[in-house]
Amino acid sequence: MNWLVRTFSCSIAKKQFMAVTGLAFCLFLTTHLIGNLFVYGGKDAFNAYVEHLHALGVLIHIAEAGLIIFALIHIGTALILYFQNLAARPVKYKKKSNAGGRTLASATMPYTGLFILVFIVVHLVSMKFADHSTLTTFDVTAGVFAKPAYLAFYIVSMVVVAFHVNHGFWSAFQSFGASHPKYMPIVRGFGILFSVIVGAGFGLIPIAFNMIS
Amino acid sequence: MEEKFINLTLKVWRQKQGEKKGKIETYQAKNISTDASFLEMLDIVNDDLTIKGIEPIAFDHDCREGICGMCGQVVNGYAHGEEKGTTLCQLHMRRFKDGDTVFIEPFRAKAFKVVKDLVVDRSAFDKIIQAGGYITAKAGGAPDANIFPVTYETCELAMNAAECIGCGACVAACPNASAMLFVSAKISHLALLPQGRPEAAKRALGMVRAMDACGFGNCSNERECEASCPKNISITNIARMNREFLSAGVCSTAM
Repeated sequence: MNWLVRTFSCSIAKKQFMAVTGLAFCLFLTTHLIGNLFVYGGKDAFNAYVEHLHALGVLIHIAEAGLIIFALIHIGTALILYFQNLAARPVKYKKKSNAGGRTLASATMPYTGLFILVFIVVHLVSMKFADHSTLTTFDVTAGVFAKPAYLAFYIVSMVVVAFHVNHGFWSAFQSFGASHPKYMPIVRGFGILFSVIVGAGFGLIPIAFNMIS
Repeated sequence: MEEKFINLTLKVWRQKQGEKKGKIETYQAKNISTDASFLEMLDIVNDDLTIKGIEPIAFDHDCREGICGMCGQVVNGYAHGEEKGTTLCQLHMRRFKDGDTVFIEPFRAKAFKVVKDLVVDRSAFDKIIQAGGYITAKAGGAPDANIFPVTYETCELAMNAAECIGCGACVAACPNASAMLFVSAKISHLALLPQGRPEAAKRALGMVRAMDACGFGNCSNERECEASCPKNISITNIARMNREFLSAGVCSTAM
C-alpha cells in the first residue's frame, strides 16, 4: 500500500487529480447547459425537464454525491498546490516579466477558482435550496434572475467560469500526458470553443428567463 | 551592425556570502560596447567596482558560448534576458538602448539557494539526476550500426530533449518555481530511446520524487518555462513525463 501513497502524493499525481476532477466538471457543465437550454422552449418545457430530471431519483443523488466528492478533491488539491507553489519561491523577484507563456486565464486560476466556489454557494442557496413548495423551478429561477444585482453577479461569474475552463481544459489533457502533435491543436482549439460556449451559453440563460417571464 | 557605446543603470541584487538577506544596489555601466556580451558588460562593471574598492559582483559563468548551462540571471524579469532561445552569455548589449535601466537578479527558488550576489546553488538538479537520470546498461564496445530500431523522428525528439543544459531557467521563469521542464527533458531523452526503456518506470518515479523532495513547486501549465528555455525545450516533454509517471505509478512493478 505504501506505493499507493507515494505515487498519489507526488506533484504529478496532484496535477492529475486536478485534471480528472476538472474534466468531470466540464462534463457537468455540458449536461447542465443542455438542460438549461429547455428555457428557450418556454416555461412548461423547462418545468417538464426539471420533473424528468427529478424523476431519475436515486441516480440524481449519486451524481450529486459524486460532484461533492470531486469538488472536495479539486478544492483540497488546489489549496495544497497553491500553498506549496507559494512556498517554492520564498523571495520574490523585484522585477518579473511575462516571457510569453502565461495567459490571463492561466495566471488567475487560483483566484477564478475561488470566485467560482463563492458563486456555487450563492447559486445553490438561491436556487436549489430556495423554497420550492409553492413555486415551480421556473418561477424560483425567474424570481432570482429578476434581481439586477444577482443577474450582474451571475453573468460576471459565467465569464470567470469561461476563463477557468479556457486554461483548465487543455491543461487537463497536458497533465495526463495526452499531448500528441495531431490531437493537441484540436484539444486546445476545442478548449477555447468550449469556454466560449460555456460563458455565452450560461450567460444568456438569465436573459432568456427575463424575456419569457 | 556598427559598434556603438552605451551607458546603462544597473539594479543588481547584492547578497553577502553566508547571509540570507540581500538588497538591490544601483551601479552605472559606462561606455559599454554594443558588441560586448552581457557577461562581458558585467566584467567591465566589475573592473570599475574593483578600482573603486567595491566588492565585485559575483555571478555564475563558464563556457560563455551557450553550451555549459552555468550562467543564468534574471534580467529585467526574464530568465537569461528577453531574447529567445539564448543563454545569458549569448545575449549581447546591442539588445539594450543607451540610458536603459537593467534589473539583474539571481534565479529565485526555495530549491536554489543564493550563494552570493547572483550565484545560486543548483545542486538540487544533481540530486534529481542521481535519482535516475542515467542508464546502467554496460556500455562495452561500440554496437553495430542500426542494431537498435530508432526512427529519425524519435531520434530527433530524444536529441531535442537532450539539448537541455540544466541551467535552471525553467525554474527561474516558472511562476511556481517548478522544475518539471528540466526533469521532463532528462526523463524524455532516455525514455525515447531503446537503451533507456528498461529503467524508464524506475527513473520516472525516482526523479519525480527527488524533484518533490528538493522543494520545487508544482507545474500548472503556465508555459513560461518553454518560453524562457535557452534551448527551446518543449512542454510536450512534460506531457511525456506525466504519462511516463502515470504508467510507472499504476502499471509497472517499480515501487
